[in-house]
Amino acid sequence: MSEDGDKKSGFFSRLTKGLARSAAAFTGFIRRRKLDEDTLDELEELLLRADLGPHAVARVLEEIKASKFNAELSEAELKEALAKPVEELLRLSWKRFPFDPAKRPHVVLVVGVNGAGKTTTIGKLAQKFTAEGKKIVLAAGDTFRAAAIEQLKIWGERTGAPVIAREQGGDAAGLAFEAFERAKAEGADLLFIDTAGRLQNKTGLMQELQKIVRVLKKIDPDAPHSTLLVLDATVGQNAIQQVEVFREIAGVTGLVMTKLDGTARGGILVALADKFGMPIYWIGVGETAEDLQLFDPYQFARALVGANETA
Amino acid sequence: MFESLSDRLTGVFDRLRGRGALTDSDVVEAMREVRVALLEADVALGVVKDFIAKVQEQAVGQEVLRSITPGQQVVKIVHDALVDMLGSESHSIDLNAPAPVCVMMAGLQGSGKTTTTAKIALRLQTREKKKVLMASLDTRRPAAQEQLKILGEQAGVATLPIIANQMPADIAKRAITAAKFGGYDVVMLDTAGRLHIDEALMAEMIAVRDIAHPHETLLVADCLTGQDAVQIAKTFAERVGITGIVLTRMDGDGRGGAALSMRSVTGAPIKLIGVGEKLDAIEEFHPKRIAGRILGMGDVVSLVEKAAETLDAEKAEKMAAKMKRGEFDLDDLAEQLRQMRKLGGMQGVLSMLPGVGKVKDQLSEAGLDDRMLKRQEAIITSMTKKERKKPELLNASRRKRIAAGAGVDVSDVNKLMKMHRQMADMMKAMSKNKGLLGKLAGGLMPGMMPPGMKLPPGFPPGGRR
Ligand SMILES: Nc1nc2c(ncn2[C@@H]2O[C@H](COP(=O)(O)OP(=O)(O)OP(=O)(O)O)[C@@H](O)[C@H]2O)c(=O)[nH]1
Ligand SMILES: Nc1nc2c(ncn2[C@@H]2O[C@H](COP(=O)(O)OP(=O)(O)OP(=O)(O)O)[C@@H](O)[C@H]2O)c(=O)[nH]1
Ligand SMILES: [Mg+2]
Ligand SMILES: [Mg+2]
Repeated sequence: MSEDGDKKSGFFSRLTKGLARSAAAFTGFIRRRKLDEDTLDELEELLLRADLGPHAVARVLEEIKASKFNAELSEAELKEALAKPVEELLRLSWKRFPFDPAKRPHVVLVVGVNGAGKTTTIGKLAQKFTAEGKKIVLAAGDTFRAAAIEQLKIWGERTGAPVIAREQGGDAAGLAFEAFERAKAEGADLLFIDTAGRLQNKTGLMQELQKIVRVLKKIDPDAPHSTLLVLDATVGQNAIQQVEVFREIAGVTGLVMTKLDGTARGGILVALADKFGMPIYWIGVGETAEDLQLFDPYQFARALVGANETA
Repeated sequence: MFESLSDRLTGVFDRLRGRGALTDSDVVEAMREVRVALLEADVALGVVKDFIAKVQEQAVGQEVLRSITPGQQVVKIVHDALVDMLGSESHSIDLNAPAPVCVMMAGLQGSGKTTTTAKIALRLQTREKKKVLMASLDTRRPAAQEQLKILGEQAGVATLPIIANQMPADIAKRAITAAKFGGYDVVMLDTAGRLHIDEALMAEMIAVRDIAHPHETLLVADCLTGQDAVQIAKTFAERVGITGIVLTRMDGDGRGGAALSMRSVTGAPIKLIGVGEKLDAIEEFHPKRIAGRILGMGDVVSLVEKAAETLDAEKAEKMAAKMKRGEFDLDDLAEQLRQMRKLGGMQGVLSMLPGVGKVKDQLSEAGLDDRMLKRQEAIITSMTKKERKKPELLNASRRKRIAAGAGVDVSDVNKLMKMHRQMADMMKAMSKNKGLLGKLAGGLMPGMMPPGMKLPPGFPPGGRR
């Protein structure tokens, strides 16, 4: 998001601005309506448009039907009734990033499909942990994409984190190994390893990822200590396959969802929470180093249903 | 997780088998399944609704082809409507304007603009012998201009020299001037990724447009996009104006519903699809393939069409009825072998189905080809009528006689008998199981898989996982 851009139009920033006055202020003014089949249909549409997918939508609607069917609700109460079960599902994925200061370094492998926001997220995480006084090292493990190494180096400069890199076209696993050894020698707290984007149905590329994991384990059988899968908020139902395959092949331990500053609502996280309960640690809400927030099920659920938007 | 539409519909229509025309209530019920299938494929809700309204109207009252099930018939209607909506014509990049023709790229962050710029440039340069200049107006993403420069070097396509701190509009001016004086046919402008709701960046893009007057403005979008596809495409179309869409990451296993969403809200044609990270990984758009993919069933529809044309409907019905009762004698096998050959043989049928490359290889390795079909027919022809009805009569001496008559070894006869027995068993199971293949043309396909041959996991794609 550009500095002078209209930040308020983004779905997440809109949330933080508007939430306070939303529910309470309007309750009582607005006509109440019955939560009947027609209303349920409307709610169903709202959820479908947020990318929850037909299965998760059915789950949420069942909840609402069971608890609130035929109740007379104001608009705000209605949104709240919708947000609640969404929040409940998302809570299954509400976990803190288990940073382990004893590891030195805690190795974080960052994976995902092409263009999801891996490299940028690493930049943001480097910024965040550096600000907390941690010593960070970055590894330019995307040896495939043109200028991927330069891109990470710029993030290294911005955040003051050293970047370990080799030439383009080199062996990613070898680089990861070297980076781990050097980060260890330097006594770094965290090592973030960038990887090339890869679609989960590309067997060869997924095997390369496995190789990186294998090589890291030679130094420490517990490494990588965390493996983050980066998901783009605009993604639809394919995210389910992404999580399934990346988890199986690379042992993903948690998720980051980027680009929530757009209009996509990232509802697939609800389906993912329901299906996998995999931790969601952070969300990305812009292109600068500061645009990273902790995942918060309460806030996310309300933003998803548009709790602060007038109907 | 995902059930293919065919599977869903086969369930719905199972009890309707044999009825004449699709009634109102049949169709309404079927459309519920179609809706879920499309939503699972990430087609935007509004588009799904319009689509269903349209198809519903078309489907009611249609005669069901006798050789296929009502479920398959609906799949075909849905498929045809999808193809129609996706735009049947093939479009290429329009260069019909005074040189240098300007092509501007637009899209969200990370959608694939820079890569696609280089792919198209390379394509125009090699296929159409155009002289192409590429310029990156991305002053925001770290190393973005460097990225295009490297891609230019890889592709052997010229890029505008980078001048640090120049603004996008100025780079555009410089690019056009350079293209004019350098005698370039085409100038391609790669732009920074931007959110469609980012006012400042949309204004910047409009300013660039008004300077460069692009002849083509291509929206580059990720085919894995979900419901937001509509808003994205609509806003870019309204604010900047787009002349075409390029869908990237079609090499993934996404169902690609975004193609339908974007096409239908903008009316802009899908011009090309990205199918990989390498610079030659770009292809023309084939609506039929995408339609099959959205429905999760490959080119099954062509197979149904072909089956409808070639198969003798009467015979197929009769056979299906017999098989429903779990009967399957050697006459039936012979009939299937004949119909199989009519459909273009085993290879022909398999080539219409998605994801069976491996099976095909196995088949030819095992020498299971169309010659084998003929040999098998010959064996059955050498039997007496009674033997064909009652395969259990075939003792050793009868088998010897048949082998001699057909000019094959006794072991071939034995193999055929074993195959028949397995198929008869399979048919019995199939009459209970309602899979797509089981219903296809009266159960033609599955029985034809030679003994011991298994369909690969995940087949058909989008089938039960
Ligand atoms: N608006 C917005 N843009 C983002 C966000 N995160 C990343 N981006 C942008 O998305 C684009 C792709 O980000 P990258 O970090 O390069 O993605 P990647 O996953 O490393 O991509 P590959 O390495 O090519 O697979 C860049 O233009 C980023 O600036 C976000 O939270 N919001
Ligand atoms: N598998 C696959 N990857 C692709 C395709 N097209 C682009 N990519 C990859 O997607 C990622 C992002 O591509 P870019 O061309 O950098 O995307 P962009 O739109 O220019 O990104 P920004 O400039 O940051 O907005 C890279 O890793 C590309 O290699 C495709 O068709 N298939
Ligand atoms: Mg990257
Ligand atoms: Mg780019």
